[in-house]
Amino acid sequence: MHYIINAQPMDVIADPRTSLLDMLRDNLGLMGTKKGCNQGACGACTVLVDGERINACLALAVQYEGREITTVEGLSGGSDALHPLQSAFIEHDGFQCGYCTPGQLCSAIGMLGKIERGVPSAVTADLSAETMALDHDELRERMSGNLCRCGAYNGIAEAITKVHAKVPA
Amino acid sequence: MNPFTYERAADGAAAIRLVSDNRQAKYLGGGTNLVDLMREQVERPKLLVDVTALSREIEAREDGSVLIGAGATNTAVAADRTVRERFPLLSRAILAGASGQIRNMATVAGNILQRTRCTYFYDEAARCNKREPGAGCDAIDGVNRIHAILGASPSCVATHPSDMCVALAALDAVVHVQGPGGDRTVKLVDLHRLPGGRPDIETVLDAQDLITGVELPALGFAWRATYRKVRDRASYAFALVSVAAMVDVQGGTIRDVRLALGGVAHKPWRAWKAEEALRGRLATRESFAQAAEAELADAAGLRDNAFKIELAKRCIVATLGDLIGETA
Repeated sequence: MHYIINAQPMDVIADPRTSLLDMLRDNLGLMGTKKGCNQGACGACTVLVDGERINACLALAVQYEGREITTVEGLSGGSDALHPLQSAFIEHDGFQCGYCTPGQLCSAIGMLGKIERGVPSAVTADLSAETMALDHDELRERMSGNLCRCGAYNGIAEAITKVHAKVPA
Repeated sequence: MNPFTYERAADGAAAIRLVSDNRQAKYLGGGTNLVDLMREQVERPKLLVDVTALSREIEAREDGSVLIGAGATNTAVAADRTVRERFPLLSRAILAGASGQIRNMATVAGNILQRTRCTYFYDEAARCNKREPGAGCDAIDGVNRIHAILGASPSCVATHPSDMCVALAALDAVVHVQGPGGDRTVKLVDLHRLPGGRPDIETVLDAQDLITGVELPALGFAWRATYRKVRDRASYAFALVSVAAMVDVQGGTIRDVRLALGGVAHKPWRAWKAEEALRGRLATRESFAQAAEAELADAAGLRDNAFKIELAKRCIVATLGDLIGETA
C-alpha cells in the first residue's frame, strides 16, 4: 500500500486488519503517535489526513491508501525547528507526562484549520456566521476529543490560543 | 479481529454484488463504530466493502430540499452552507455528537446504521440478545443508566446512540436505498425497528441494501428549531436525553410542531403523541407540560434510568420554551 507520510512517499505491506495507528508505529517505526484507549475516546492517536484530524486507532490503514498522513514527527515540515505550536506547548507548560501531546498537537492544528475555514461547533451561537472566533468555550468544545490525564488543560489551551492569535487572519 | 478481505466498490451495483456474494460481508463507512466492534469480536465480517467514495455530494435543490450523499462525513454535512441555512437543526444535532476527529471520519449512512453503545452488547462475557439472539439480556437487571425508557422489550433495553438521527426524524428525512431489486426510499422514522423479540434486527433494511443518500424535504415555512442534548459531561458524551424540536407559532398558537427524542429508545423517537397534543394549542408552558406527559405516559424506568422519564419531560418543556422565547 502506498502513502505519503510526513511528505515522504512510502510503501507498506500490512494486513487489512492493521489500524492506521499500528501501521505508523509498528510497520513504520513512527512512535510519536500514541495508543491510549484504542477505541476513539482519548484522542492520543490523532493524526492529520489531508490536513483533517482523525483517530488513527479507529482507521483501517487500508482505507487510507494513497492519502497524505501527517504525524507529530512531520509537523516541523522536515526542518529541525519545532512547529510554532510545539514551541508554545513548551512555553505554556502544555504537558506533564507528554503522552497525549502528539495527539493534542495534531488535533489542535486540524482544529485551527476548521476555524480558518469557518466550520461551526456545538457552541457556535450563529451558524450562519462566515468566520469563527476561538474563544474560551469554542476552544474547549473543539478540543474535547483529546483527553489529558495529567490535567494540563490550562497550558494546552493557552498554547493553542497564543498560536491562533499569531496566525494572520 | 478476525481476518477479512477489503474491497473498494466501484459503484452501488458492484457494492451490492460483492455483499450479495458473501453472506458475511458488510459495507464499510468511516469505520468509527464497525472497527471498534470488530476489535471487540462483536462483529466478525469476512469481507468489508468500502462504500465511502460512492456518494459524498451534498446537493442543494431548487425546491428547497437537500440530498446528502451517504458517504458525506458528519463534518461535511454540519459545515455545509446550505444545510446550515436551510436545516440548522441538523447541523446542531451533528455538532452535538462525538468529537471533531470522529465527525471527520464518520459518514451519514454509518451514523444511521451505528449500533448501540449498551455496555453489555460490547462485553462478550455478558448475555445479550442483540449480539446472540436468545442468549438473554444482562442490561435489564444490570447497570442500566443509559438504557431505554420507551419502546423497550423484555429482550432488549438498548438505545440508538445517534444525535444526527434525532434531527433527521424531526425533519421528516427520507433515506434513499439501493437494493438488489432496485431503488427505493424509506422514511427515517420507519427505518429503525423497536427491539421486540428480535433486537438483533435493527432496521427494515436487508444486508445487501445500500443507503445511498438522505433527502431533507423542503420546509414549507419558517420553523423555529433547535436541538438540546443532556449528557453527563459538557462535550463528547452520548445523550442521556436529547430533544429535536421544531415549531411554527402564529399569534401565540402552535400551528405545527415536530418533536423527536434521542437517548430514550431503540430508535430515534418521534414524539407523535406530544405533537398531537400540541397542535392548535396555545404555546404555553402548560401545553408543553401536558404534551410531555402524554408522550412519556407509557415510559418505563429500570433500576438506574428512571430519572430519564422526568428528565425527558423537562427537556421537552424547556426546549419548546426556548423556541418560543420564554426563559425556562
